[in-house]
Amino acid sequence: MSMRAVVVGAYREALPALAASVVGGLFAGAVLGGMRSDLETVSGLLVFMPAYIATRGNVYGSLGARMATGLHQGLLEPRVDPSSARLRGAVTAALANGVLVSVFAAASTYVILYALGGDPANAWALVAIAAIAGVLSGLALTATVVTVVILGFRRGVDPDTFVGPLVTTTGDFVGLLFLLFAVRTVEFFLGGI
Amino acid sequence: MKQNWTVRAITRATLPLLLVLTLVELVGSGLVLGSVEDTLIDAPSLLVLVPVTIGTAGNLGSVLAARLSTAVHLGTVSFDATDEALVGNGLATVALALTVFPAVGAGAWATAAVTTASTTLSVGRVVLVATVSGLVLAVLAVLVTIVTTYVAYRRGLDPDDVVIPIVTNTCDVLGVVVLVVVATLVT
Repeated sequence: MSMRAVVVGAYREALPALAASVVGGLFAGAVLGGMRSDLETVSGLLVFMPAYIATRGNVYGSLGARMATGLHQGLLEPRVDPSSARLRGAVTAALANGVLVSVFAAASTYVILYALGGDPANAWALVAIAAIAGVLSGLALTATVVTVVILGFRRGVDPDTFVGPLVTTTGDFVGLLFLLFAVRTVEFFLGGI
Repeated sequence: MKQNWTVRAITRATLPLLLVLTLVELVGSGLVLGSVEDTLIDAPSLLVLVPVTIGTAGNLGSVLAARLSTAVHLGTVSFDATDEALVGNGLATVALALTVFPAVGAGAWATAAVTTASTTLSVGRVVLVATVSGLVLAVLAVLVTIVTTYVAYRRGLDPDDVVIPIVTNTCDVLGVVVLVVVATLVT
């Protein structure tokens, strides 16, 4: 394959998914823009936010990449099969690690801001926000990744070309939406943070 | 390369890196954003630009990383400055950035204008911030991806476990830092 063919091929394969991810990213931006009052009320939320949305991308992107390689190598059947030990292992590990790392990020945000002499919001409130948002966004993203990777592969589209954009797009938007939901829920039950 | 798909094996392969990357994100992206919180609250088009810029930069890197990672598994790439798969994919990444980032800027301005009724910055300014940031980020994303994939490959690590997390997080951190620096210079 000539260099020009590689460039044109890679560009054409990636552009639609990338363009879709820009649209998704703007939706995520709209949610973040709408959270300005929450960002001001919950001190530390903006510091926590990048680590939290990155965790969505890391954990569920890694799940997608693992499934793509498994499908390419024939380790995984291209169907949603709950009796497959490999699929169950990959999904359970993604969910457990996703929630664990979110909670770790919230606790670390508190510790770092406190150590730097800042005035972070209540530690338990931050951890509760991370746990609620982590569980809900994890369930939504696992379902999305598993379904779309398998469907794409069955239709002859290489999951490698869309797994990254799919996860960052839906991950950021879904992640921020559930973060907003979690913040408002914790605010409601604590009557302010 | 054999993969073990139990919860324990996957956790052992990925969790330590995830915890380290989380701390990197907190310090590299979180604290940087926190330091310009007032600016972002006052100019919502920049706040809207944050997730879409870091997301797009991370995507550019992760598509490249996934392609190189599978090429490593299939044995169809050589780490050589004349390798067509390597250089061609790198050039495509820069071309993709130059296509999408102007649209990212215009879209962020429009999103902020519609959802927050705020047009503190002109559309031209926001497009300029996005395009300059995007070009810088694409070049950095290519370099980081190639180096990370090569190191993983040389050390016998599965690129699926390590390359994508490292690349997307580095792009996140670089995305925030580059965006904040460019925005400060241009606005």
